[in-house]
Amino acid sequence: MRATFVISRREFASYFATPVAVVFIVIFLALQGALTFNLGNFFDRNQADLVPFFNFLPWVLLLLVPALTMRLWAEERRLGTIELLLTLPITQTQAVVGKFLAAWAFCLLALLLTFPFVITVNYLGHPDNAVIACGYLAGFLVAGCFLAIGGAISASTKNQVIAFVLAVAVCFVFTIASTPLVTDFLSQSAPLLATIARRIAVAERYAAMTRGVIGLRDLIYFASFIFFFLFVNTVVVDHRRAD
Amino acid sequence: MSALIEIKGLTKRFGRFTAVDDISFSVARGEVLGFLGPNGAGKSTTMRMLAGFITPTAGSAAICGHDVAEDGVAARRQLGYLPEGAPTYPDMAVRDFLAFTGRIRGFSGGELADRVDHAISLTTLQGVRLQPIETLSKGFKRRVGLAQALLHDPDVLVLDEPTDGLDPNQKHEVRLLIQQMAARKAIIISTHILEEVDAVCSRAMIITGGRVVADATPAELSLLHPSHKLDDVFRQLTMKKAA
Repeated sequence: MRATFVISRREFASYFATPVAVVFIVIFLALQGALTFNLGNFFDRNQADLVPFFNFLPWVLLLLVPALTMRLWAEERRLGTIELLLTLPITQTQAVVGKFLAAWAFCLLALLLTFPFVITVNYLGHPDNAVIACGYLAGFLVAGCFLAIGGAISASTKNQVIAFVLAVAVCFVFTIASTPLVTDFLSQSAPLLATIARRIAVAERYAAMTRGVIGLRDLIYFASFIFFFLFVNTVVVDHRRAD
Repeated sequence: MSALIEIKGLTKRFGRFTAVDDISFSVARGEVLGFLGPNGAGKSTTMRMLAGFITPTAGSAAICGHDVAEDGVAARRQLGYLPEGAPTYPDMAVRDFLAFTGRIRGFSGGELADRVDHAISLTTLQGVRLQPIETLSKGFKRRVGLAQALLHDPDVLVLDEPTDGLDPNQKHEVRLLIQQMAARKAIIISTHILEEVDAVCSRAMIITGGRVVADATPAELSLLHPSHKLDDVFRQLTMKKAA
């Protein structure tokens, strides 16, 4: 636990040692703002809620989270520091979880910095702040899922561009799996796959949570999703340590 | 338990290529074992297996009685390891980097600060302690790696080319440092500099093609060639194998 925290702390600080943190947060906030206010018709809707904000959030995360995870392991491999890290008296699980928690905390920071949106709707009207809180929790969990996917992919390559592109692709699949586009197609050819696609997809559960519905099943889903990919990450690190 | 390092039948194959072929030896407290051999002979691979970074194909390695595969964390706690090329996190300052490895090893507060200061003074890094590692010259980077390996005063030191890239004065200092610590520890160093073996090693091992071809004191080793020079012995033993 201690070692995990030490690794998280170093990793978290490393975002701020380079322009990564500033670039990420600025672009994240600018994108969220532009999408919510312009494409999302925030003002024209005349409703005091953050529906447009939360509608765009997973797509922005889909693009930006892999940018955060691509260096997570690929960079260690390129610099050779993976040899240093894994020969310290820690388990691989501690290293994997430590890095993941650092990235997740960073996402939380980025999400919290969107607080002006909350202030804006509260100034303009009387939104249901509990629903908004649910939305933030949902966004945080989706970020966790994408981070876990991105981390596992980053561990399998030395090349950060490959890590980024693959992570975006895999996150995209898990996001759109429940959309009619995919499920309609699948239900014609393989109905079973359509059901599976709907069950494993992130988007539908996210959408329910942003409406203020938090089901135990959904929470278990998000937790197992993250655990599964962290486990994959550990296996990949263990298997390809010296490559 | 006199042997702090115990290696039995250690073998590593990469596909069809056998990098390390059934190597067995042990190193006791007070011994400084010099690993000699041409590039690609299996020196680094053996050290990486001992440090738990590469999983052996066959055989076992133990540090202070802890098997590196089964009880890796306990084994690595007793180990100070300088990987080949001395990888370090470039964006961290020297002091922060050493504090990071110290924290991972369980030190905190005043003791951590003392250990970091001590490691910095052992490797004469005082002048650059606040500088980011990426701004340092090659010799300084190597010494940061060395400081990291010495920080916790381990019983076992495994140093892969500790003097590579150092200027003659720095080489001399590192050798002195190794000599001073020799009595209390079991040390393995790999090197291409044969005079270094004479200067610091109590025992020399020549490896070529993944096998041990000689294991004796430097003085005994030099007698193997009529000229009584280690260079000639080295060439004779390693060229014969390669041919």
